[in-house]
Amino acid sequence: MTTPGKNAKPVLTLARREALWAYLFLLLPLAFFLLVRFWPTLQAFQLSLFTWHVDPLQRQFVGLGHYQEMLGEPRLQRALLNTLLYTLIIVPAQLVLGLSIATLLQSVTAFKGLFRAIYFAPYVTPAVAVAWVWSWLYSVNFGVFNNLLFEWSLFWEARGIPWLSIAPQPFLTSPSQALLAVAVVVIWQGLGFQVVIFLAGLQGIPRMYYEAARIDGANPWHLFRHITVPLLNPVIVFSVVISTIASLQLFDQVVNIRFLDQGGPLNSTLTIVLYLYQEAFGRFRFGYATAVAVLLFILVLVVTIVQFKLISRRVDY
Amino acid sequence: MRLKLTTVVAYLLLLIGSLVMVFPFAWMVMSSFKEAREIFALGFWPSAWSFDNYREVLFRTAFPRWFLNSLIVATITTTSVLFFCSLVGYTLTWLRFPGRTLIFVLMLSTLMVPTEMLVIPWYVMSVNYGWVNTFWGLIFPGLIPAFGVFLMRQFFRTLPRDLFDAARVDGMSEFGLFWQIGLPLVRPALAALGIFAFIGNWNAYLWPLIIAKSNDMRTVPVGISLFSGEAGAAWHLIMTANALAILPALAVFVIFQKQIIEGVALTGVKG
Repeated sequence: MTTPGKNAKPVLTLARREALWAYLFLLLPLAFFLLVRFWPTLQAFQLSLFTWHVDPLQRQFVGLGHYQEMLGEPRLQRALLNTLLYTLIIVPAQLVLGLSIATLLQSVTAFKGLFRAIYFAPYVTPAVAVAWVWSWLYSVNFGVFNNLLFEWSLFWEARGIPWLSIAPQPFLTSPSQALLAVAVVVIWQGLGFQVVIFLAGLQGIPRMYYEAARIDGANPWHLFRHITVPLLNPVIVFSVVISTIASLQLFDQVVNIRFLDQGGPLNSTLTIVLYLYQEAFGRFRFGYATAVAVLLFILVLVVTIVQFKLISRRVDY
Repeated sequence: MRLKLTTVVAYLLLLIGSLVMVFPFAWMVMSSFKEAREIFALGFWPSAWSFDNYREVLFRTAFPRWFLNSLIVATITTTSVLFFCSLVGYTLTWLRFPGRTLIFVLMLSTLMVPTEMLVIPWYVMSVNYGWVNTFWGLIFPGLIPAFGVFLMRQFFRTLPRDLFDAARVDGMSEFGLFWQIGLPLVRPALAALGIFAFIGNWNAYLWPLIIAKSNDMRTVPVGISLFSGEAGAAWHLIMTANALAILPALAVFVIFQKQIIEGVALTGVKG
């Protein structure tokens, strides 16, 4: 921008004044974004190439050594596999349950707000508290679930139908059940968010589309399949992307649902972020842990891009 | 009145679902009123309502201190989020200056980087500057979230340009335009953003777990996650502390339910 001379039009001075104000307003926020967001991001890439030492001069350059090391780490592979499993369980479950509950809510009039609030409440509560309660419900010896199973079995055995009884379950203590048990908690807590998003999406679909189709003889499944799903597609994409990203970053619930050690029996619930946390703040291997973080970053980025491409292609209607 | 079968089924399913959602909370709250020896019994209601657990958690553990810490962190962060996100959102929408789009894209691009990738550099930074185990250390990463900037910008864009031009001609200062004209018009957005910031910071776990080293600097989630050490395996106290931990977020939710749900709906639909 040129310096306004004596004869310059006042518009220029005004524009210049406006720009100066803008830079003044953005001064602190820009400094924040540079120092707390950009610089640490670059630093993460850099740290992942060095061994860790408090004194920067003593850090040794290992190049892609940490990334190579990751390839041969069975616990990391386990964490990656588990994270994939979590995502494959949580995302479809939240999508189906969220959409179903939203559709049900859409069809009723009384107590709609109350129901919505009840479903949403777990979403605003601390994951740590939620994890405590559920680990107690899951407890093998004095948990509510096993007590209910016990009562259930007693009930049917007393009536001479013993094959309906169900044995107490090991839940969190079993390598084959622990991951599913944790996933149930995550689904329970995040469901309300999906319900609210889908409900807003459903309310955006004009009623007359349904009425017109109904006159043409469409049944409820046709209405859902050919009106709701296509018109809701952008919301579905948003919901899937959000819950996938959240599943890839699972940590709070996994750490806090009580096991004998973090990561569940035989690492059966270990996630990428928990692994990263243990490497960084349990073993102080900051270089290696940052390399794991970079891997997570790439995963999140790739998954997001792929999902947007895949799902939004079908939007054209 | 004729009730349609489908409506009855819908209510029935919604009711069952609600019970599933409410049950863990109800169990927790009921347990907090039970005596220690009753805690493992299967009964839902306490045989005698006792406030002993609350007395114990409030007067004999560090819980009040964690509560205060969480309150300080969540309040300061929320104030900063509201002020800076709206200021930046406003500036990026209604002020013309070179580099406007670039700055917006730069800020928005930080949304792609997961927090987990930044915690180690933040921790190293905190060690270097002595921020470990301080309030500033707890607070600094969340002061200006890119999401908030994006949200506020979306809302400021809906205002008419003439509004600001007219006041500018009348000689109002640029900050006055933002503070007196812009802000009051985006109050609903501010409410939603403020509530999200408060609840989000109240529930935050990973970073406070890393940066709070001593018991008296812990926030509520970090405190209760390490509560077993403090209370033994005292489930009656753990459930009481959980009930108290959930209280503020739930209270905020009940009071501002409308804004929260509208806010979530808006971000989802406008995305």
